[in-house]
Amino acid sequence: MSQPERYDLAVIGTGLAGMAAAVFASSRGLRVVQAGSTGAISYTSGVFDVLGALPATREGQPARPVERPFEALPELLRDEPGHPYALLDPEDIRLAFHELMDFLRGAGLPYRAGGERNFLLPTPAGTLKHSWCVPETALPGCEALAQGAPACIVAIEGMKGFSARQVAVNLAPHWPGLTTARVAMPGHPGGEVYPEQVARMLEVPAARKALAEALAPLLGQARVVGLPAVLGMHRPGDVAADMERLLGRPVFEIPTMPPGVPGIRLKETFEGLLPGRGVALFCQQKMVGPLPAPGEPFRLRVAGQPVEHHVLADRALLCSGRFLGGGLGGLRGRPLTETVFGLPVAQPEDRAQWYRQDYLDPRGHAVHRAGLRVDAALRPLGRDGAPAHEGLYAAGSILAGQDWIRMKCGAGVAIATAFKAVTTLAGAR
Amino acid sequence: MQTEVLIIGAGATGTGLARDLALRGVSCVVVETGDVNSGASGGNHGLLHSGGRYVSNDTEAARECREEGALLKRLAPQCVEDCGGLFVAVAGDDENFVADYPGWCAAAGIDVCCVDPAEARALEPVLSPKVVAAFAVPDATIDPFRLALENMAHAKALTGCSLLRRTRVTGMDVDAGRVVRVHTVNTVSGEAGTIEAAQVVNATGAWAGRVAALAGASIPMLCSQGTLLVTHERMTRRVVNRLRPPGNGDILVPGGTVSILGTTSVTIDDPDRARPTVAEADENVRQALPMIPSLGYTRFVRAYCGVRPLIRSDAGQGGDGRSVSRGFMLYGHEEAGLSNFCSVSGGKLTTYRLMAEKTADLVCARLGVSAPCRTRTEPLPAAPSCRWTEPGFAPRLWTQRHDADDPLLCECEMVPASAVDGIMDDCGQQFPDPGLQALGKRSRIGKGSCQGAFCGVRVAAHLYDTGHYTSPKGLTRMREFFTERFKGQRPVLWGPQLIQAELAEALHCGLLGLELEGPDTAPAPGAAKDEEARP
Repeated sequence: MSQPERYDLAVIGTGLAGMAAAVFASSRGLRVVQAGSTGAISYTSGVFDVLGALPATREGQPARPVERPFEALPELLRDEPGHPYALLDPEDIRLAFHELMDFLRGAGLPYRAGGERNFLLPTPAGTLKHSWCVPETALPGCEALAQGAPACIVAIEGMKGFSARQVAVNLAPHWPGLTTARVAMPGHPGGEVYPEQVARMLEVPAARKALAEALAPLLGQARVVGLPAVLGMHRPGDVAADMERLLGRPVFEIPTMPPGVPGIRLKETFEGLLPGRGVALFCQQKMVGPLPAPGEPFRLRVAGQPVEHHVLADRALLCSGRFLGGGLGGLRGRPLTETVFGLPVAQPEDRAQWYRQDYLDPRGHAVHRAGLRVDAALRPLGRDGAPAHEGLYAAGSILAGQDWIRMKCGAGVAIATAFKAVTTLAGAR
Repeated sequence: MQTEVLIIGAGATGTGLARDLALRGVSCVVVETGDVNSGASGGNHGLLHSGGRYVSNDTEAARECREEGALLKRLAPQCVEDCGGLFVAVAGDDENFVADYPGWCAAAGIDVCCVDPAEARALEPVLSPKVVAAFAVPDATIDPFRLALENMAHAKALTGCSLLRRTRVTGMDVDAGRVVRVHTVNTVSGEAGTIEAAQVVNATGAWAGRVAALAGASIPMLCSQGTLLVTHERMTRRVVNRLRPPGNGDILVPGGTVSILGTTSVTIDDPDRARPTVAEADENVRQALPMIPSLGYTRFVRAYCGVRPLIRSDAGQGGDGRSVSRGFMLYGHEEAGLSNFCSVSGGKLTTYRLMAEKTADLVCARLGVSAPCRTRTEPLPAAPSCRWTEPGFAPRLWTQRHDADDPLLCECEMVPASAVDGIMDDCGQQFPDPGLQALGKRSRIGKGSCQGAFCGVRVAAHLYDTGHYTSPKGLTRMREFFTERFKGQRPVLWGPQLIQAELAEALHCGLLGLELEGPDTAPAPGAAKDEEARP
């Protein structure tokens, strides 16, 4: 067997935290090896939240949406002192986002951050989502909603889970003059159609022209047009601009149920560009290995394909996610486990406490706040309360004390803790 | 509203009674607080008992099950899978019980056949190598939803009998020994109503004591919660019972494409508060492992519970749910001075027809109707709109037709939009505002591995597009549906289902924000501003 390749950093996981970490680390000249199931990122909404809601702290209270995420941070940390944001300077959250946004803009996937305020954007259920950073293809919708500009929401024949009428009926109180239309995707043979198919079809100018021609007579007085997120897979800004030119008015995207196009764009962008930045990226594979002795490098095995690779890394960043990502495991009759190194997991006493009785309880469920406790440098703690290994860091949703689903802080925690971990470990090198 | 007979409760007994009366030419109205089979009729194993379960301690119940089971196999074959059953003992189980078992079966007239343990394992490979004894009995499975829906559909076809869903009985006016008026409230709209009937039947299962009390009568009820677990895939061909006195986690029943493990027995005070617990889920699995070891790592998708309506024959002397008779009781309430009110409770799904027959006999005698019962001989007609509850039916149909223009709204169970439209039309004729929950009762929507997380969103969008939902109330219906599905998920959230639940919550709360106030719960922003502007 050949000598294992040696790296500065092993990034374990390919969710948003892992991908952002690989971007940050490669920008800082670190030699990075990374592995994980990149498919999971397709299940993200593609919208980057920092803080969208404060869960209730007492029974009977409602959860509260957050309009100004940075202003609300002190209140969040008062209620949730163990939140990973407590370990970050709020300025680092902004820096982290802007560095990642620069990368994405360069890749043809521009995002816009909201300054002090969250954007309000429509969801496919017709509810409103408070989010700090959105793809630019969603932006005209946020602006039209804020101004109450007349818009037409368009559904595509055969696309399940997206009803223009549902969006319009539920948004009507906030958005006067909403109209709806339904159109068959020109060139599609009929039957079921998935957002990803339409997005790939719209990469071709002729398909955009045909769709615009089908749409034009349906739009009436609408000044803006909203579609499910289907505006191309690569360089969606160009597709949106061309549709705007053809229709004579701005076009925006509404996220769809997973797996949606904005998530798939992220997956394809990271997968496509990271190797060019020198990242040794192993997709659909797992990186596993023992926790080394102090002072020793990580000896990791990249497994899951017929040919296994062995790597050495001076440091490791654990971004393996929660249950869906595979970073945490939960079996019947056993405590929750951390699946790569067997690190201790802060968690409720037994399974009966994982979930509350009511699914939509505005306080959220305890199981989602379980995870790794870390020191100020984001190094996970071992059973003795000291860092498990001086070169092991953790970032993203595996961290304890946050409930990304209910606080709408998933992207913020992922991107900002990845940034903090990478800048710390790069500085400590 | 006026009717000849008012039936309270649309479980197996109530709907079976509606059909029995209709076959005798008597018309009726059925009122139901929830929907069809909201109580024990929907919260059971779907086991059509051979009677083998009860031979050791309740010969009479065993005989009833044997006779009724055989009848239903013949008269409602579309609702029955005649899969057979095994009773198996493992090393360490009571040998005397094993030795006595064939004799008990013979005494109850149950056709029992001794099976060599090795042969039993060949028949059902998931059985433990530690099986030491096995007996085959004529157990079968029955789809309680199709059964109740088809009974109701037949009653409607015969006499125009109607079902008032989401209608709770709140009071009764009693005058000179007669219930002259029944007060109801629609649990959705809050609208109050009254029904006048010549005869009133209380077929409310675990709620029978409460409803009887509204008429000033009393029934000594014991409410016993039983929790069952649904596996992701079917594990056995036959019903597999543990050969020992009835206890927790000792029956695994096929349910079409899945298997159902049960049952616990926990005495509870309030049937409205029944819900499956984590402890019961763990107990069922723990108890079943000696019989079927692979249940230790099988994926479970759901738990549910029913409340057994047990009648305490030793009223006032306590006793737990296991030792109370599975036989049913019919009360004429003459002791309370009533002449047009009766209650039927206790019993089992397997004996629902007999319970309906005896109740109809009493009602008809009181009405002066002499027509005899016909459900003992008349087959239950299959109704096309009721076939979607059958596991595996939708995928079979889809592979036959493969209609590309009929999208599958529920991808786990392959339920197409045309099925949703058909059920909605059918329901719309029966009651107002059918929605996600009504669809869930009448089809496999929400029953697959995603437990409604994805199909709930797709079906809601479809219902907006078809005009069934026209206001933000559709969001309320989504919240209700997901909340209801979660009750059953919560006890089995480990392994793959824990992952599934995280994805579901990421969709429902992370993206859609359904835990926050929405246009259906919060006042419109314009309205709020108007209020602020006031001096």
